[in-house]
Amino acid sequence: MGKPVETVIITVAALLASALLVALFIAFTGNNPLDVFYTIYRGAFGSSFSWQNTLVRAAPLMLAALCTVIPARLGLIVIGGEGAIVVGGLTAALTGIALSDSGPWIVIPAMLIVGMLAGGVLVGTAGALKYYRGVNETISSLLLNYISIAVLMFLVVGPLKDPATLNKPSTFSIGDANMLGSIGDSSVHWGLAFGVATCVLLWFVVRHTTAGFAGDVVGGNARAAKLVGLPVGPLVVAACAVGGAAAAIAGVIEVAAVHGRANGSLNAGYGYAGILVAFLARQNPLAVIPFAILLGGIRASGGLLQRVHDLPDATVLVIQGIIFVTILASDLFYGRFQWRPAVVPASVATPTTTQPAQ
Amino acid sequence: METEFGVWSVVIAVLGGAIRVGTPFIFVSLGECLTEKSGRINLGLEGNLVMGAMVAYATSYYSGSAWLGVLAAGASGLVLGLIHALLCQSPKVNDIALGIALMLFGTGLAFFLGKPFIQPQAPRLPSLELGAWSDSPVIAAALNINALFFVGVAAVFLVHWLLQHARFGLRLRVVGESANAALALGIQVNRVRLMATMAGGFLASVGGSYLSLYYPGSWSEGLSSGQGLMAVVLVIFARWNPVHCLYASLLFGGAAALGPALQSVGVTSGYYLFNAAPYVLTLAIMIYTSSARRKLAGMPAEFTQ
Repeated sequence: MGKPVETVIITVAALLASALLVALFIAFTGNNPLDVFYTIYRGAFGSSFSWQNTLVRAAPLMLAALCTVIPARLGLIVIGGEGAIVVGGLTAALTGIALSDSGPWIVIPAMLIVGMLAGGVLVGTAGALKYYRGVNETISSLLLNYISIAVLMFLVVGPLKDPATLNKPSTFSIGDANMLGSIGDSSVHWGLAFGVATCVLLWFVVRHTTAGFAGDVVGGNARAAKLVGLPVGPLVVAACAVGGAAAAIAGVIEVAAVHGRANGSLNAGYGYAGILVAFLARQNPLAVIPFAILLGGIRASGGLLQRVHDLPDATVLVIQGIIFVTILASDLFYGRFQWRPAVVPASVATPTTTQPAQ
Repeated sequence: METEFGVWSVVIAVLGGAIRVGTPFIFVSLGECLTEKSGRINLGLEGNLVMGAMVAYATSYYSGSAWLGVLAAGASGLVLGLIHALLCQSPKVNDIALGIALMLFGTGLAFFLGKPFIQPQAPRLPSLELGAWSDSPVIAAALNINALFFVGVAAVFLVHWLLQHARFGLRLRVVGESANAALALGIQVNRVRLMATMAGGFLASVGGSYLSLYYPGSWSEGLSSGQGLMAVVLVIFARWNPVHCLYASLLFGGAAALGPALQSVGVTSGYYLFNAAPYVLTLAIMIYTSSARRKLAGMPAEFTQ
């Protein structure tokens, strides 16, 4: 069976299996699963209003997912999306405040550049620590998330606080004139365009450039990559930095298009949900787009679920968790199905039950 | 606040806080240590912690017995550990990613099921007032130690003894150091890892019960501040040694108590930075002690694969 076909079949089967598990869970709560599924559909994709809700949520998910996707191609598990969003948004807000009199055509690009640099440095640090010091990248990126959030909260509650923001401590505003608008008449801001464009661009880099190919070689076998002379260290750092910069765009957009200031809302969990999108998309930047929309839709339907079925807002978290676990469990089935009998080498035909499980 | 001890009140508050805030750390880090000793990492103990907190509170509310709540929390941890261990039996399933997935699932399910328990009051765990001899409220508060802390300390030494001397502990360490050697010895690798992961899940969820049944002392969705995620960090800090896990937990508990303690004597700026102290400390230690060429001292060898 061709690999892409296998991937599509197993992913669809896993989504159906998770739908079944979700249905069981909903039935357990005393609701009719079909009714609830219909409500989720209505809340996510049923009207242009719900589509807009979905897409607004999908945009940061796409960008956050890339923070896990790009390093994963080199065999790293990076979960620093949340931290990259936070430092991206924070530094972008500071840039916007400093340049607020220069007009949007200066402010927005400057915010993007500074934010992406900050996110790239943050997650790139995790990559550098991995390669040059052997520090586990999953743990270090997790720690960097916590440190970034603490720095954000310290600054917006303390030295950078706009005294006018009482209930929700925030930085000063970047100015209404500098805000990033919406696409056409919709309520969907330009973040969606940034998200889709970044996914497509990185898909092109990964699939059609030598740098992308080199990254896949490192992911396949880092030792072999080194032996053929690939710069493994710089590639690892660059992949992490690119991922961090992508996630940071989500933070920049949250500031430039939604809040106009940096505050605790930057830490909204998009980074962690992005990890789920990355694994759903099997670390393919292009596949990130539909799965981010799917997950954005499920998250957008939370309010309607609450109103129609009196289900708590945590329902979408449970659904999200069930999908995530099922998708990972579906990894069990790769390579199990063959259209024609595989040619088995004699040496492998002996019982392989003694293979150690790692 | 009354400052009869001046600066010392901060020190006493931090020492008391080390025990009060550090107790859940003891359980989660011990659970993670046990799991990792078998050569597998469970990043999902945050899910266990939150789930344990909810189950303990609900059980305590319905049954009137806080200790029954602790046991029920442990049982929920066994189930989450079982899911992790069963799915990770195949080398195709990534244990780190599955940990994150179970963390999202566990916290989501706990929030969902826990909605009705946000308001009502459930019986709490008893504490021993070892500071009753003192007239000072500061000292009395610091020495008001929960019974679960002593259970945790006992568990630490039990696990330590188990790993050093018991047959199961030795097998577990062989599995963690070399699955191939374990197979050659006729040890069922996956079964040992299953038991280690389930036991680890049990301990982590018991740690969660402390959060809802003693400190902070009621069930809410903002109950955990990432203690479960910190477990992985603590174990690295403690070099995979259960007794060191105890010390590390107390140290991190003290560090986490520093922010509120300073706030109570009027030092309010930098509250969030003090909260970040444990994370910065851990990262610095990891950078200092790691090497690109060798594994960390004390780390199970199967772990690097």
